Amino acid sequence: MSRITLSRAINEGLRRSLENDPKVMIMGEDVGRLGGVFRVTDGLQKDFGEHRVVDTPLAEAGIVGTAIGLALRGYRPVCEIQFDGFVYPAMDQIISQLAKMRYRSRGNVSLPVVIRIPFGGGIGAVEHHSESPEAYFAHTAGLRVVACADPADAFAMIQLAIASDDPVIFFEPKRRYWDKAEVDLAAPADQALPLDQARVVRSGDDVTLLSYGPLVRTCLEAALAAEDEGRSVEVIDLRSLSPLDVATVTASVARTGRCVVAHEAPVYAGLGAEIAARVTEACFYQLEAPVLRVGGFATPYPVARTEDHYLPDLDRIMDAVDRTFDY
Amino acid sequence: MAIPSRGRDDEEWHVTAETIQLLTPEGERVDHPEYPVDDVDLKGMYRDMALVRRIDTEAVALQRQGEMALWAPLLGQEAAQIGSARALSAKDMAFPSYREHGVAWCRGLDPMRILELFRGVTNGAWDPEEHKFHLYTIVIGDQTLHATGYAMGIQRDGAEDEAVIAYFGDGATSQGIVSEAFSWASVFQAPLVFFCQNNQFAISAPPERQSRVPIYQRASGFGFPGIQVDGNDVLACYAVTRQALRAARDGMGPTLIEAFTYRMGAHTTTDDPTRYRLSSELETWRLRDPLERVRAYLTRSGEAGPGFFEQVQAEADELAAKLRAAVLALPDPPPLALFDNVFAGGSQILDAERAQYAAYLEGFAEQGAAR
Repeated sequence: MSRITLSRAINEGLRRSLENDPKVMIMGEDVGRLGGVFRVTDGLQKDFGEHRVVDTPLAEAGIVGTAIGLALRGYRPVCEIQFDGFVYPAMDQIISQLAKMRYRSRGNVSLPVVIRIPFGGGIGAVEHHSESPEAYFAHTAGLRVVACADPADAFAMIQLAIASDDPVIFFEPKRRYWDKAEVDLAAPADQALPLDQARVVRSGDDVTLLSYGPLVRTCLEAALAAEDEGRSVEVIDLRSLSPLDVATVTASVARTGRCVVAHEAPVYAGLGAEIAARVTEACFYQLEAPVLRVGGFATPYPVARTEDHYLPDLDRIMDAVDRTFDY
Repeated sequence: MAIPSRGRDDEEWHVTAETIQLLTPEGERVDHPEYPVDDVDLKGMYRDMALVRRIDTEAVALQRQGEMALWAPLLGQEAAQIGSARALSAKDMAFPSYREHGVAWCRGLDPMRILELFRGVTNGAWDPEEHKFHLYTIVIGDQTLHATGYAMGIQRDGAEDEAVIAYFGDGATSQGIVSEAFSWASVFQAPLVFFCQNNQFAISAPPERQSRVPIYQRASGFGFPGIQVDGNDVLACYAVTRQALRAARDGMGPTLIEAFTYRMGAHTTTDDPTRYRLSSELETWRLRDPLERVRAYLTRSGEAGPGFFEQVQAEADELAAKLRAAVLALPDPPPLALFDNVFAGGSQILDAERAQYAAYLEGFAEQGAAR
């Protein structure tokens, strides 16, 4: 076991994948010599060469578009989009090409492309550097959309994403890059929890708290605080945002009777809405309260000096948990 | 440099003295020192052009009769497509837009695959590697980046006998992604030929609306050669593309070829070109028909007589009849097939929707049985 950061865990996962499969490539802006602005690809170009760890021109559509071409040629490119707010120039390639090629070709073409996106706020950044665009991707059939939450899982998930024959949008919680935890770097990825399954990270009986990415930690902290108040909170890390692991979620809510979904993205038309609808449909007779959502407001991401009001924190999550007991 | 005028009559703006032409509209051979073409099967090229024109005509008719959802005619662009595609080796990879029926033909793709697409039975569904011909790409210009990435893959494989050709139109040159493809291919010196068929229309918009300079000249700003070729001259298209492909395989990087041609048909069968072009313009271009000049040359040189042309026409008619029958016999896909091939593995969400919809359909069947 090694105690490493989330950033390092992904780095180690990338390294494993590069070692295990000569077709794996890394491409993106500043991923080579610099090692990425968050150092996630640190040292990889030195060890695997410029042909496999490619410093690309500064063009996101180009990164994804050429990754598609490389995948057509048999490669498994892992693209880094430097920040969440910079992925939009690549949306056409992602939505119209990457997501649909298998369908268009009636299964003749696989595009095993991973697009890594550091996402979410809380780092005091300027505009376009704190967004949570996952719902755009989850709404697009043909993409697997996942978010990692902690170092050990991130180490496994990045390897599983690269091994997937489907395109994967891989969200990394940028404000958790420096979180440290024990990671077994010898653990084989194929024995990890499959990429499309949610994970119960804390068991509880009174209410189910659903989240992913940066807010999983916040939810765990909320669950701990709730325990002091005599409430037993089950926390689920969704991991896969599309397709959703509805079975794990509804099994939990059917038992607890209460459900709160928390994400940084705006509540309006966000993933919480989809989850609330599905939970309500599946657990209608077990629910003691409506499914509540906690998240960003229906505004653009605000300036850094007010982002603490926008981001769901422990108190806002606790407040929602409390409100589920008012019905 | 004088800024050229923009009138549609001012053809000099588009075609320069450097435009490569090896066969005039009158069917006379012109030698060019850089593009020797002694070894060319011009009869075979004529046959290809005649057959794809016939397929095209039949497809338009089928659409008019309600048997196709849509068709994108290639009428007028046969030379650009057959000439360039015949220059490809079996190992070279082609990335088409959605009008490259002639290229598809040369690659050996069964025309039914394209007819199925435009009938609405598939979205293409062929295996790109089988004929080294990628799926049709409908979003304008997207395929230029795929071609660039594929060429980067060739470099990584060390496959020095392979190159890529990316087809796109004059309208596509305005797309930012095409400029990105130019940049990437250039900085990585990818083994790639950008083949732009300037058919002078992006639906209704003329090339003057896309660029202040002739398209081929844009390559110089990206650091690679650009060449303009008479796109209605199958011989020139063949020779220029062959040379550009050789350069690509030899590690010389990309080339942009602008094949200056003319879309004699509509953009697609939903279009009405009389709203944006004069019939006199079309008549002018009929005199430059890509097939007629080859016919004139073959006839004059004695390489082919009336028998050859009759035989090709008969073959074309037979092919058209066969395709028509096959199109009419095409079954619609079963409804539940629409759930297939979204993911390599399944998905809880998708499996549930499929099961739900199957049960819903089953309900109708039971109702029917009860009656």
